[in-house]
Amino acid sequence: MTRVLTLLAALVVLAMPAAAQTGPLRIEITEGVIEPLPFANPDFVAENAAAAELARAISRVVAEDLTGTGLFREIPSNAFISQITSFNSPVQFADWRAINAQALISGAVSVGGDGSIAVKFRLYDVFAGQELGDGLQFNGTQAGWRRMAHKVADAVYSRITGEGGYFDSRVVYVAETGPKDDRRKRLAIMDYDGANVQYLTDSNAIVLAPRFSPTGDRILFTSYESGFPRIYVMDVASVGRRALPTQEGTMSFAPRFAPDGNTVVYSLTTGGNTDIYRMDINSGATTRLTSTPSIETAPSFSPDGSRIVFESDRSGTQQLYIMSANGGEPQRISFGQGRYGTPVWSPRGDLIAFTKQSKGRFHIGVMRTDGSEERLLTASFLDEGPTWSPNGRVIMFTRETQGESGAASLYSVDISGRNLKQIRTEGGASDPAWSPLQR
Amino acid sequence: MALLSRGIILASVLALAACTNPDRFDSAGGAGGAGGIGGIGAPGSASDPRSPLYFQQTIGDRVLFPVDQSSITPQYQAVLDGQAQWLMTNTDYVAIIEGHADEQGTREYNLALGARRANAVQEYLISRGVASSRLRVISYGKERPIELCSDEACYSQNRRAVTVISAGLSG
Repeated sequence: MTRVLTLLAALVVLAMPAAAQTGPLRIEITEGVIEPLPFANPDFVAENAAAAELARAISRVVAEDLTGTGLFREIPSNAFISQITSFNSPVQFADWRAINAQALISGAVSVGGDGSIAVKFRLYDVFAGQELGDGLQFNGTQAGWRRMAHKVADAVYSRITGEGGYFDSRVVYVAETGPKDDRRKRLAIMDYDGANVQYLTDSNAIVLAPRFSPTGDRILFTSYESGFPRIYVMDVASVGRRALPTQEGTMSFAPRFAPDGNTVVYSLTTGGNTDIYRMDINSGATTRLTSTPSIETAPSFSPDGSRIVFESDRSGTQQLYIMSANGGEPQRISFGQGRYGTPVWSPRGDLIAFTKQSKGRFHIGVMRTDGSEERLLTASFLDEGPTWSPNGRVIMFTRETQGESGAASLYSVDISGRNLKQIRTEGGASDPAWSPLQR
Repeated sequence: MALLSRGIILASVLALAACTNPDRFDSAGGAGGAGGIGGIGAPGSASDPRSPLYFQQTIGDRVLFPVDQSSITPQYQAVLDGQAQWLMTNTDYVAIIEGHADEQGTREYNLALGARRANAVQEYLISRGVASSRLRVISYGKERPIELCSDEACYSQNRRAVTVISAGLSG
């Protein structure tokens, strides 16, 4: 059950005589349409026979990570003039320029006698004729090979865009099976790209809206396993879980961690009225943060922990508000046409993602934290529940199709509105929550 | 041709079944006879006024709500009056009131909305004399639709609060 990833990212900087200054190779991620950057990613060199299959598989994952962003375009290998047969051979830049490869990734994989693997790579700025950054080596277990591929891709992405990466991350979500009137839900966790799925609960009770802790080691979620909706906290490694304290006759749901990892904000319903509370999960001590007869739910902390964005229908319809992390008078930030819910603060602190309902359609959108510069990124019969990639560039969400055969699946979209795509899952999937980058 | 005749046979079987329905009711009603004044049906059957089935089918176990609303419309006050009366007559039973929403809403908001609806029913029943200790509420939000189309015809059935009766003493 427990998948221990002993990926010790022993970042060994590989000695390289060439000057490692940053060349002109650069993608500026802007709001405008950009031409994907062409790159060559020859199969990584297998440094011993045992590494042959892994080397090919790792280079494929690196390429899929990069092309999956919509910012990079892979040049097919049948266009190559040069081959890379040794990690340390000099690169024939002219051959790569001739096929218009702006970036070249060369890598090598070896399997140690104890079954451990080492993955190293170099990134070249082909037109500058030099290496971009230093070569890096990652050491780990064979079981963790995909993570090492993601780490290589994160480094490449980061050097070329100047942004943090997001490939070495996971997503916790609700796996769905069965027809619409008998839907079964299980908590599941997977790599950000849909690989390595692991189920965390059985399907005997409804589970909803999981969220990671700030370090990704724990998950908060709502389950009906007691018969009533209640909040649980699960340890990801052991899959052990416990219910947070609650009062008889109430419902609690919509839990999210504060950046301190010990405080949880959530909704508590009593007497039909839903308000936002915070709890110290070690002591169980609770504080009520809102006190109105309206519905207050879907809280989300700012990355510095000082403020909370949430939704409330106190104005008559669902709208977004920001209050201090200690409660107090909130400021409304959404004023457009329609209803706004499920706000989620970006990990960079600059934007708030939300679900908008307007004229019978659902949208995922983003706005600045003062409510300005609202942009809708998607439109469909039912899109909801955005979650941010660790670098704040991509949003994953639930899209549900309509009618009797309606089903939910996960999609992601760039915050520019480009690169909308479905995430591969076995069966239906909803309520994704993206982890921070793994360590 | 074969298809057509099979269709006709099926239709006549259905018609026959429809005709036999009243007979089955009578026999189920036994000596009391269905349709008698205050007739007592077989214990536990839908014609036994003390049965949960009677509560569910004859009195009506649910009220429906307009979009994003949770107040009880006059049409359903009569249903809830019947529910309250039944509960006060049949004191061995307790009830869980389940609030639901249609799929046109975000998940957590709909949970809160379902709770408002269930609570509106609970308060109405309490105002008609049902002891609050016999009533509990739960919301399923949009997790448990009964009608599956994505039109108002289905949505209107899904925006509901259902009073589910069970034998008491469950705390």
